[in-house]
Amino acid sequence: MGEDNTVVAVQDFTYAYPNHPPVLHGIRFEVKKGEMLGIIGPNGGGKSTLCKSLNGLVPHFYGGSIAGSVKVAGMDTMQHSVAELSLKVGLVFQDPTNQFSGVSTRVDEEVAFGMSMMGYSREVMQLRVEEALQAVGLVNLEGRSPYELSGGQQQRLAIATVLAVRPDIIVMDEPTAQLDPIGKTEVLHTMRELNRQGYTIIVAEHEIEALATFADRIIVLNDGKIIAQGEARRILTKVKQLKEIGVDPPSVTELCGIISSDFRINEEKFPIALDEAVDLFSQILGGRAK
Amino acid sequence: MTLIQVEDVWFAYNHDVIALKGVSLMIRERETIALIGQNGGGKTTLAKHFNGLLKPTKGRVLVKGVDTKYVPANRLAFAVGYVFQNPAHQMFSSTVRDEISFGPKNAGMSHSEIERRTEDAIEKVGLKGFEDVHPYDLDYGKQKLLTIASVMAMNPEVYCLDEPTTGQDHRGRKMVAELVRRLNAAGATVIVITHDMRFVAEVARRVILIADGSILADMPTQEIFERLDLLRSAQIRPPQITELAHALEPFRIPPNLLTISQMADALRGILKDPQEFQH
Repeated sequence: MGEDNTVVAVQDFTYAYPNHPPVLHGIRFEVKKGEMLGIIGPNGGGKSTLCKSLNGLVPHFYGGSIAGSVKVAGMDTMQHSVAELSLKVGLVFQDPTNQFSGVSTRVDEEVAFGMSMMGYSREVMQLRVEEALQAVGLVNLEGRSPYELSGGQQQRLAIATVLAVRPDIIVMDEPTAQLDPIGKTEVLHTMRELNRQGYTIIVAEHEIEALATFADRIIVLNDGKIIAQGEARRILTKVKQLKEIGVDPPSVTELCGIISSDFRINEEKFPIALDEAVDLFSQILGGRAK
Repeated sequence: MTLIQVEDVWFAYNHDVIALKGVSLMIRERETIALIGQNGGGKTTLAKHFNGLLKPTKGRVLVKGVDTKYVPANRLAFAVGYVFQNPAHQMFSSTVRDEISFGPKNAGMSHSEIERRTEDAIEKVGLKGFEDVHPYDLDYGKQKLLTIASVMAMNPEVYCLDEPTTGQDHRGRKMVAELVRRLNAAGATVIVITHDMRFVAEVARRVILIADGSILADMPTQEIFERLDLLRSAQIRPPQITELAHALEPFRIPPNLLTISQMADALRGILKDPQEFQH
């Protein structure tokens, strides 16, 4: 998509499921190659629908009516099939078991399954499976049944099946929502690692405190509209506005929202992560105590 | 008064997987308790013993003095209500109203009593206006509120809520927290099984930490969040505010703070004390 490295361009995109009022209104944003974009907002705000719009499931699978356009990796989602789009955009769902083929009895078979449906050669598949399992840290479990894995391992397997196709963009719809804390940490770590390796990642996520530590930019979706987008720090420090729509900022950020006038902390100085808060308050309390 | 007494309970699934290894505890009236610990540690297995859904392989569980071994689970539902983690496992009626009135109807209550309890529960969980909606047409957060309402209609003395905040956004979490407080204020004991430490800090006065089938700790919430070693050994991360409090201990911030408002108060306290802080 030209020299500016834009890999996702959504323009005035409005979408309605069949026989329903629109759930997305005038959505407009861009994502650059290698970026990590977080999508936050209350449930029912349109996060899942937006994720499904990025790989063409909306509207090809769900039907309905659209206005505006969604372009990913240079392809207009209206002009290309889900099969074509899936080579460029991988979608990871909330419940990993929804993503499994149900026919594989081994982890490595599951990763190969998607590719075998696309007609890759055996050699290429072998290489890709190894690569994908390596990337998500499941190399020693290739012989296990997908259903014998822990929740975090299952979700990492789901990510591997998407990775094996070598997409340019990985979209994840609340990938940690149903996991226990250990599973959440595993998946968030994997996400960060993939982003470090250069993958463009778009993730809808409620784990704001984790998102704060690695999202480059954040989109806030409420009632089907983008009500704010920008650099993560600029978005997460808008404590009052986030609370108003029912989103919890990181606890340390919310704390600063409450005591900012007592301690004269400017919004630009609000911490969004624990270590930043420790630094800020150590300075305030240490520097000014007797 | 003791409502539930668990005496040296062992439990094995299929004779070989030992899920509980000699658990003993007492649950009294008007408590708020969080059962925490990693998956596979035995939280849900233990909770299912509270209302007789599971019976001990060895040891015994007394609910209001009666051994659960000798009482069918549906009789215990009057004393202990259980809300499953996945609402789909619990819902089977075709409208919200029918779903909530099922328990009272099944218990043979009078028509007016069924109606009173149903309307009351609908009102309390904020599902007014959704009475005729199919439960599967509700979003996940509302489905969870619905399953809580169906248990509320039975008016049990103990509520057991399995992961009530999973899949809830900020608004849903607040609503569940408020509901727990109201049920407790009305006299009920509420037990939550949860991974959500911020929620634990907000609603529970007592925490039971379970790992590998045994109780690792059973203590007031404020105390357990002071024991970072204990939490770490169970791979549990305390709320961010508690981590901040620990880091600021050298500056006379108490390390056992749990909530944002407690931390705000502590910081303001230092600000107001001229001995400590020169503004």
